[in-house]
Amino acid sequence: MQKNIILTGVGGQGTVLASKLIAAASLAKGYEVMSAETIGMAQKGGSVFSHLRVGEGLYSPMIRQGTADLLLAFEPAEAVRMLPYLKESGVLVVSSHPVMPVTAALAGTDYTGREMVEYLRREVREMHVLDGAAAAQEVGSPKALNVIMLGAALASGALDFLTEEDVIAAIRKKVKPQFVEMNERALRYAGEHGV
Amino acid sequence: MQKAYLMGNEAIGLGALAAGVNFVSGYPGTPSTEVLETIARENRDGRVHVEWSTNEKTGLEAAAGAAYAGARSLVTMKQVGLNVAADPLMSLAYLGVEGGMVVLVADDPGPISSQTEQDTRTFARYAKLPCFDPTGVAEAYEMIQEAFDFSEKYHTPVLFRPTTRVDHGYASLLVKEAAEYTVHEAKGFVRDPGRWVIFPRLSRRAHAAIEKRNAELTHVFSRYERNACLTAGHVHCRKGIASHGVSWTYLEETLRGFALAGYDKKAPRLLKVATPFPFPEHRAVAFLKGLDEVLCIEELDPVIERELTYLCGKYHLDVKIRGKLTGDVPASGENTRDSVYAETASFLGIAPRAGRALPEPPVSVVRPPVLCAGCPHRASFYAVKQAMKGQECLFAGDIGCYTLGNAMPLDMVDTCLCMGAGLGIAQGIGAVEPGRKCFAFVGDSTFFAAAIPGAINGVYNQADMTLVVLDNSTTAMTGHQPHPGTGRTMMGEVVEKVSIEETLRGIGIQVVRTADPLDLPHAVEVVREVAAQPGVKAIIFRSPCIALVKPLGRAAVDEEKCKRCKKCIREIGCPGIVVKDGQIVIDASQCTGCGICAEICPFDAIEVTRLPGGGLPKGARSAQQGKGGRA
Ligand code: SF4
Ligand code: SF4
Repeated sequence: MQKNIILTGVGGQGTVLASKLIAAASLAKGYEVMSAETIGMAQKGGSVFSHLRVGEGLYSPMIRQGTADLLLAFEPAEAVRMLPYLKESGVLVVSSHPVMPVTAALAGTDYTGREMVEYLRREVREMHVLDGAAAAQEVGSPKALNVIMLGAALASGALDFLTEEDVIAAIRKKVKPQFVEMNERALRYAGEHGV
Repeated sequence: MQKAYLMGNEAIGLGALAAGVNFVSGYPGTPSTEVLETIARENRDGRVHVEWSTNEKTGLEAAAGAAYAGARSLVTMKQVGLNVAADPLMSLAYLGVEGGMVVLVADDPGPISSQTEQDTRTFARYAKLPCFDPTGVAEAYEMIQEAFDFSEKYHTPVLFRPTTRVDHGYASLLVKEAAEYTVHEAKGFVRDPGRWVIFPRLSRRAHAAIEKRNAELTHVFSRYERNACLTAGHVHCRKGIASHGVSWTYLEETLRGFALAGYDKKAPRLLKVATPFPFPEHRAVAFLKGLDEVLCIEELDPVIERELTYLCGKYHLDVKIRGKLTGDVPASGENTRDSVYAETASFLGIAPRAGRALPEPPVSVVRPPVLCAGCPHRASFYAVKQAMKGQECLFAGDIGCYTLGNAMPLDMVDTCLCMGAGLGIAQGIGAVEPGRKCFAFVGDSTFFAAAIPGAINGVYNQADMTLVVLDNSTTAMTGHQPHPGTGRTMMGEVVEKVSIEETLRGIGIQVVRTADPLDLPHAVEVVREVAAQPGVKAIIFRSPCIALVKPLGRAAVDEEKCKRCKKCIREIGCPGIVVKDGQIVIDASQCTGCGICAEICPFDAIEVTRLPGGGLPKGARSAQQGKGGRA
């Protein structure tokens, strides 16, 4: 078994924690894991991504274009940016809520996120869309976005080597006690809402 | 031994501890920073001296002193930091060390967060120092321990140069338990002026000895098992590929894919270079013999390619060496799985698997990094911009978060060269154009690291400039390291803060004013008053990095009052202000209530509600505050 996963979003959306939770849950099950993430200037509102690989035959954390089994995108324009990594039979899980770049507010460009979602629908065979921002509001914190999206990836079946319990165990280990309950709710959100 | 899932830099830090390191210094810089932080974190009994030094030069000198006294020492920095530490390092290469000393220099192909794509392997040849180049996390853990042994055995500092993907990649590996660590005791400094005082006579002797040792090391390194010559497939194959660093792992995986696809007949002979200097000559010659063609896949400089080309001449080998110099692979930039795949396929005559052709996205969304919402630097830059409106100015920037002051709409960075350079540049431009009001912006950590000689130079040479110190009490860009102005050390001690104001007054600057940039009208007034004075003068804008303190409050836009003029957006570009369905709204998840937008709105449409506890430290992290750090 080998799973290649790309997580992507905008600096500050918490892609790193989502990637760490998948890694921790996989390691706890005895899988080999390698990963790499954006560290540095881009974390300040720039495009960020993590490469995460689970299973056999890993030489480095980096993933080749056209070979990712799952693209987990917290933002539609970032999903489009990283789409070349997804293989044709791969699964895309994406939040439809756009994060406006400061330059867009300035220039008044017409990015809405909808055009990106339409583009993705045309190009991707299996795609699961959810408004991550609205879901986060329901769960009770904008910070829950990352775990909600992780839950959506689980619900999509693209992380079939992990169960919800595996990820919950990882959350209990990695997250501060006062946020565990909220994150568990966030993780279950997508499954319960039929995403 | 125990299994652990670690970031490359954590593995390197643990490797240094396992090697019995006694003294660790460094200056923060992406991608090297986490090595020293890991050692500080794991140094539970306080047996290792760990420090963030004021800059790479002092860090390297301190590590050299420790190694003179027989300690095992490590100094960490990023590649451009090595330029600052070059002076002591070049001489230290002649003197050598007593205890093992590793100079860790992290290279940044891309570059992803650096000014240059310089290659420390090339620097190693120039400095005549042995250099270790790990391919991945697990190898880096072992190799740093071996680097200490080599250093001690040959009484020379050695360079250890991981690159970003090794530093920041995570993998599972076996690491030693604390009980298995080597215990190294420093014997103490032994006076011997003939050894430790560099004079031309000593240097002449030392130079000859270094050349002799390096010639010997080409043999030693030819036997070092991390320099490997492998026959992947057919013994009769006539093609070879040479590689190093993370590219080597990309190559291995590519070749495994080809083997699985039934191309094993095409498998090339391989050379893995772990010590680019001194080059493992004899192993490389064994690799070259019998080949027709070799492709060099390397990142940054064509170091291996040049060595192999040279060896073909030296040993009269008829092998065509391909790489950057022959235009077969790109001369610059980061290697990727895709680039290595494509280059290997084309070299071996294997038809590459076609990539997926995707149509152009409907809109292009560019996302340059920006100052955080509520960042006090935004207020500082805006205050200077307002105060100097209509006057011919120069805004010299520097390295740190505040380089992001270049972005529209602030547009307040005219120059940026290297740490501390803004002061000299402002002085040079000011001398050529006396009518121009010259400003140099510098962060607090950068101030201590690199700006003080420039300030003295300005005072001494009668410059006319305003130094603006953006003091957010931390080294923010690299993840909030403490520095001399924070009153905390990496050993957790509370110490006397070095005062920026007192330092500036001490060197003779008469006008030194401190202001809170978030009090915008006052800040603008201070800039006006100070800039009007002659000579060198300074403003310290002091306000903590918002990552360290609880939000002051939350802004909200009154829809009735807002005329949608967008002045707030056009003037400061705070990511907390967004346009949603034509309305101006505040993104509550980002806004920290700094109040600058409210100050700017001509219709009083923005109201900031204060939050209880606003501005207080965010907990433990605040203990290690500083700004600057090499990107
Ligand atoms: S108060 Fe205004 S300028 Fe300050 S962080 Fe909030 S939105 Fe940005
Ligand atoms: S400056 Fe004031 S009136 Fe103009 S868009 Fe911003 S909030 Fe509205």
